[in-house]
Amino acid sequence: MADMKIGAYICKGCGIEDRLDVGQLVNTAKRDGKAAIGKDHEMLCNAEGVKMIQDDITNEGVTHVVVVGCSRRAKTEAFSFEGVHINRTNIREGVIWVRPDTDEARETTQEMADDYVRMGCAEAKFSKVPASSGEQGLTRSLLVVGGGLAGLTATIEGAKTGYSVELVNASGELGGSSAREYKRIPHKNGLQGPVDNDIDQLIAAVNDNARITVHLNTTITKTDGAPGRFSVELSDGKSLTVGAIVQATGSKPYDMANLPEFSPENPDVMDQGQFEAMVKANNGAIKKSDGSDARNVVFVQCAGQRSEKPGHLPYCSGHCCMTSIKQAHYVKAAGGDATVIFDDLRTPGATGEDFYRSGQEAGVAFSKGEVASVKAAGGALEVGYTDKILAEESTIKADIVVLATGQIPNSGPNPYLPIELAQAKEDKDDALVAKIEAELEVQPQPILNLNYRQGTDLPHLKHGFNDSHFICFPYETRRTGIYAAGPVRRPMDDQQAVEDATGAVLKAIQACENSALGRAAHPRSGDLSFPSFRKDGCTQCKRCTVECPFGAINEDEQGYPQYNEGRCRRCGTCMGACPVRVISFENYSIDTVGQQLKAVDIPDEFDEKPRILVLACENDAYPALDMAGMNRTEYSAFARVVPVRCLGSVNVIWITDALNSGYDGIILLGCQKGDNYQCHFVKGSEMAHIRMSKVDETLKTLNLEKERVGTYEVAITDVDKIPQIINDMEKTIGEIGMSPFKF
Amino acid sequence: MSEMNQAMIEKYRSNFLQEVEANVEEGHWVKMCMQCGVCSGSCPMENNWDHPPQELFMMIRANKRDEVLSSSSMWMCTSCYNCIARCPRGLPITHIMHGLASYGKRMGLAPKEQPTVKFGDIFWKSIVENGRVNELKIGVGLYFMNGFVQGIKNALAGKELGLAMMKTKRMNPMEYFGGHKCKDRSGIAKMLAKAAEFEAEHVAKFGK
Ligand code: SF4
Ligand code: SF4
Ligand code: SF4
Ligand code: SF4
Repeated sequence: MADMKIGAYICKGCGIEDRLDVGQLVNTAKRDGKAAIGKDHEMLCNAEGVKMIQDDITNEGVTHVVVVGCSRRAKTEAFSFEGVHINRTNIREGVIWVRPDTDEARETTQEMADDYVRMGCAEAKFSKVPASSGEQGLTRSLLVVGGGLAGLTATIEGAKTGYSVELVNASGELGGSSAREYKRIPHKNGLQGPVDNDIDQLIAAVNDNARITVHLNTTITKTDGAPGRFSVELSDGKSLTVGAIVQATGSKPYDMANLPEFSPENPDVMDQGQFEAMVKANNGAIKKSDGSDARNVVFVQCAGQRSEKPGHLPYCSGHCCMTSIKQAHYVKAAGGDATVIFDDLRTPGATGEDFYRSGQEAGVAFSKGEVASVKAAGGALEVGYTDKILAEESTIKADIVVLATGQIPNSGPNPYLPIELAQAKEDKDDALVAKIEAELEVQPQPILNLNYRQGTDLPHLKHGFNDSHFICFPYETRRTGIYAAGPVRRPMDDQQAVEDATGAVLKAIQACENSALGRAAHPRSGDLSFPSFRKDGCTQCKRCTVECPFGAINEDEQGYPQYNEGRCRRCGTCMGACPVRVISFENYSIDTVGQQLKAVDIPDEFDEKPRILVLACENDAYPALDMAGMNRTEYSAFARVVPVRCLGSVNVIWITDALNSGYDGIILLGCQKGDNYQCHFVKGSEMAHIRMSKVDETLKTLNLEKERVGTYEVAITDVDKIPQIINDMEKTIGEIGMSPFKF
Repeated sequence: MSEMNQAMIEKYRSNFLQEVEANVEEGHWVKMCMQCGVCSGSCPMENNWDHPPQELFMMIRANKRDEVLSSSSMWMCTSCYNCIARCPRGLPITHIMHGLASYGKRMGLAPKEQPTVKFGDIFWKSIVENGRVNELKIGVGLYFMNGFVQGIKNALAGKELGLAMMKTKRMNPMEYFGGHKCKDRSGIAKMLAKAAEFEAEHVAKFGK
């Protein structure tokens, strides 16, 4: 920016004036922070304070506003100025609220605030106002993959908003497994028992809608591009341009052949799908395989599910208890006896409990127990089970046994396996090569055929279900603009699939509209900044293309990274990965953080005033520190906290620079990593942990103790733990001594 | 075994739950139990019986007819209503407990040596004989329920109370010898005979 002009505004309200020398802060901003304008105000967030800043922007040409007062999480509406960079320097939650109001503490508290003013100005100096890339387009058209209940719901709901929808279905018929149901579980008033299957109405509505195009017997051969401008090629040779994609490819039943103890080869032992088909074919009559009427039907819940045995499903499929109750109703209605043997009968949803009652009222017998065997016995079947209430072994005779075997997601292949295989081959790790090759053997066919550097399909989390941030924004997959809905995302029943699809399609629409404006999706929703790289510095190491948790970066023909703003979630993991530091955002870069930590005044070794750099994830750790402030939990006056977008964006250079410039300790605070991750960018925290495990080397070459750098997984609720971590670091420094690198 | 009993067994040969539904007070509720165990966990008698309500309900479904009807468990119920107040499924558990006890008694399966059962017997006998309850006789009967020696011990333990009751004219020792009876004893006897007739009719219906 040609003429940058920093204006620093220091608030005296909220008790700041009583605790700090505000005049000195103004001086610091002008002298050290090079602020052209430095002012204080009784209460910056009131209309007059805001007007003072706005006037300077309008009349004095201030381009970078440094608001020194409360945390960036407070008063966001008051301090939102158009067209300028805004820095929020936190001396309320981050300084006066975490330090005691005593005469002894006054000096170090003032030093803290002065440092934060310097840091704020340094951050501003190296930031630009982000503008979107210009590569975006607006396409008000969606692609829905899969024409089962979830896919149909997403399609019709999308069309209702005015979007056009392309529905691609692999088979020749719509409706998926719902179309094969005899009756369905009611969505309201569970006490009424099963109700008529009305999926044909939904299918008709989809077929009749002018905004919807249905592609039957069709698969996707290639998907390219980014949200707002996906280009999709179909097996019938057609090409589509869509703004976002909903993948609702559903589930298939777990194969009961894996359960030899239940005699799966016996034609009167069925899974729930087979039983449903038999009842539908017989229009409600319950027939054995030989065509005779079945009197007794036993339902075995959790068959091969919720079990740690090899080959079994460790999870609960969520729908099978309700499905068995429904099917037991069929048996009672046909005049037979139905017994459901369950361990925990799980009846989720508003109608669940009442539907269970409806089964009991109809006279279905429910027995808490664990089934050990199903055997043929004299023309019938004998089910052996442990009665868990009466604590005894028992048997029950049945004409038909129905196994509740659960759902396997219809996902595409794990996209990372080919990449991992190439790596394992490069590392000459033969055992790993063999293992990955065996896994590749059993992978399903690709569904989306993404032309992405990181593989053809949505990444998995566990058990083949598609990865999504389960807790905070479950619809977002790891491929921006592509939303998984229904049991391909997690095990679920019909009603949940309907809700899931409705939510997912709204997210897809949001993705189209956002990407047209160059805005990010969750969790940095609305962010206009995006990463770019300096080509002449890039060594083509490919780290960024590999480490981006969202597969946003492709490679161009020359092997350079090719960013796709629309797919990018703005986490900065690529920036943290780049060994030559050529990746940056306009308002977040190696410099915006690096210059902050350099702006801190490092006292002489003999002053006994250590400096602790805290790099805190802005999603969890930083808010937790704010809350510590609100609780007036004290922590060390020597800590200097810098919020980062994600721990994954932490470049090792910041650590080396901090150590070299005399910091005594460094703390990295990120979210939980691993399978049960809470990291808002999925892999960021994990990446940071891997990178930091290599920092030990650096410490060794500098002859520094490894305790000086600590990486932690914390949550937003760790309001007491985080101050403790900081205080412990101060103590550790007291024990091992100050850093010798002070100049 | 009574005729009635035979008829019942015949009709519900393999389905005790249906037998309970047809014959036990509030028995149609048993199928609605979802085996959560809240009743068992709430019952103050939990340490004193073999089968808590939840388990009895499961035993009914598991066809354990004799075990249920001869159990002493239902006889231990103090009618505190904790279970009813807490059952998430709204089962009238207390009533079912008493229903099961009385059905067991009717089927001749109630445990003979159970104190509540014995009390019931003594109480009933007193009514049938006198047309009213003779408290003293019932009291003494209960004292000596478990043998003469125990009876004397029980009586000595209750001596203070007994004397106090006599003093305040709450108890008349002469009542033990005859005692007064209700005015229309034969009327009561006729009423009971009529009830027996209804019962026989009921049994006859069952036979079919
Ligand atoms: S690592 Fe993060 S910031 Fe970089 S391209 Fe990927 S999503 Fe965008
Ligand atoms: S990490 Fe940096 S050097 Fe490596 S390919 Fe990406 S931009 Fe180039
Ligand atoms: S509380 Fe009610 S539902 Fe629960 S076990 Fe007892 S009777 Fe059954
Ligand atoms: S009413 Fe009877 S069964 Fe119920 S809690 Fe009280 S004692 Fe137990």
